[in-house]
Amino acid sequence: MKPPKFDYHAPADIHQTVGLLADLGEDAKVIAGGQSLVPLLALRLSFPEHLVDLRHVGLRGAQARGDALWVGACTTQATIERSAAVAAAVPLLARATPLIGHFQIRNRGTIGGSLAHADAAAEYPAVALALGAELETLSPRGPRTIPAMSFFTGRWTTELATDEVVTGIVFPPWPGRCGFAIEEFARRGHDFALAGAAVAVEVAGGGSIERCGIALFGLGPVPLRASAAETALIGSGVEDIADDEVGRLAVAGLDGVPADLHGSAGYRRQVGAVVVARAWQRAVQEARNA
Amino acid sequence: MLDVEIRLRVNGSPRRHTVPPRLTLADYLRERCQLTGTHLGCEHGACGACTVLLDGAAVRACLMFAVQADGCEVTTVEGIAAPDGGLSRVQAALQEHHGLQCGFCTPGFVISATAFLRDTPNPTEEQIRDALSGNLCRCTGYQGIVKAVRAAAQAVAEQTR
Repeated sequence: MKPPKFDYHAPADIHQTVGLLADLGEDAKVIAGGQSLVPLLALRLSFPEHLVDLRHVGLRGAQARGDALWVGACTTQATIERSAAVAAAVPLLARATPLIGHFQIRNRGTIGGSLAHADAAAEYPAVALALGAELETLSPRGPRTIPAMSFFTGRWTTELATDEVVTGIVFPPWPGRCGFAIEEFARRGHDFALAGAAVAVEVAGGGSIERCGIALFGLGPVPLRASAAETALIGSGVEDIADDEVGRLAVAGLDGVPADLHGSAGYRRQVGAVVVARAWQRAVQEARNA
Repeated sequence: MLDVEIRLRVNGSPRRHTVPPRLTLADYLRERCQLTGTHLGCEHGACGACTVLLDGAAVRACLMFAVQADGCEVTTVEGIAAPDGGLSRVQAALQEHHGLQCGFCTPGFVISATAFLRDTPNPTEEQIRDALSGNLCRCTGYQGIVKAVRAAAQAVAEQTR
């Protein structure tokens, strides 16, 4: 199908962008890479009267900010995939990227777009959650910082106001003996995952779990942190917990697991436990060798 | 809804048009530029038939609007062969290895494989299959296509040796 009619705006900078969004109100939609939005327009699932394009606002690239790494919201997934700075500072982000779409999609798709679109089955929201990243935003009321933990509020909905735009993502350092892994299962390579897990873990000198982040995707209406499992794991010895047990803990008590013709909720939950176990195993292995 | 004036280069030629914002780059290339080599299968980013090069990067022409290509350089399948019509290495390899039957998906495969081999001159079998996973073929089957891309990679490797 052809997309519905809309007016097109390509403001010259981010301040003009948020001003315009404030003027246009609910009828406007921000477009960055468009790799999620344009299909929605083509299927007429979304029909904004105005598209506000971020192509001239910059906000690209990755830069060290103290011990953290800032990634501009308009940085494409392809740039992230090739970035030595990202690979060194945020290995989980680098490892998640090749799983997104296909390379043609990653040439246009942006990190800010992936997060703001907030698809519960997408990789970047889970990476941001697992690592405890923060999203920097701008609106006419000024900038603010939103922790990833409180950013995803419902199905395809976020904490962003209609006149607010993600400008960058700050990934905090994970010093110490850390390991990171992402695992997902999809029926066809690069398709949306039926279930996936992103894991970050820090192992203390004595072999106990110092810190961990386990994020689940495709397993609920929003990307989730398996907080109860994390709390249970912290302080335990890595030798004392079986990978499968971590998987079971992470999916225990999940509500609203999606079900469709690709898989029932029960099946997804089972796959979820398996991908968590695999990601946990690889992350712990890496941390122990660090 | 206001039309927008755009200027871009398509296969090296400057173009200037006034387009409605909702016109996709794919429809623009086909209907305004009469470059019908860019095919449209699904029109929502799943099949890859509309793949073109945008400033050298392979992208889905159905997943962006012509207005977003303002100021860019677009290369379609018409711009891949030599000006005298001589086939590119990827095109010749597809012909030689039975990489096409009906040919509908072929322009997308040609563009994707061309960009892939430029960036990955010595690909592994796994990398080839991964790179082709964003293009769907419904009649030829993928064996011949994978074989053709492998052969084209070898041809490049031999020439640069």
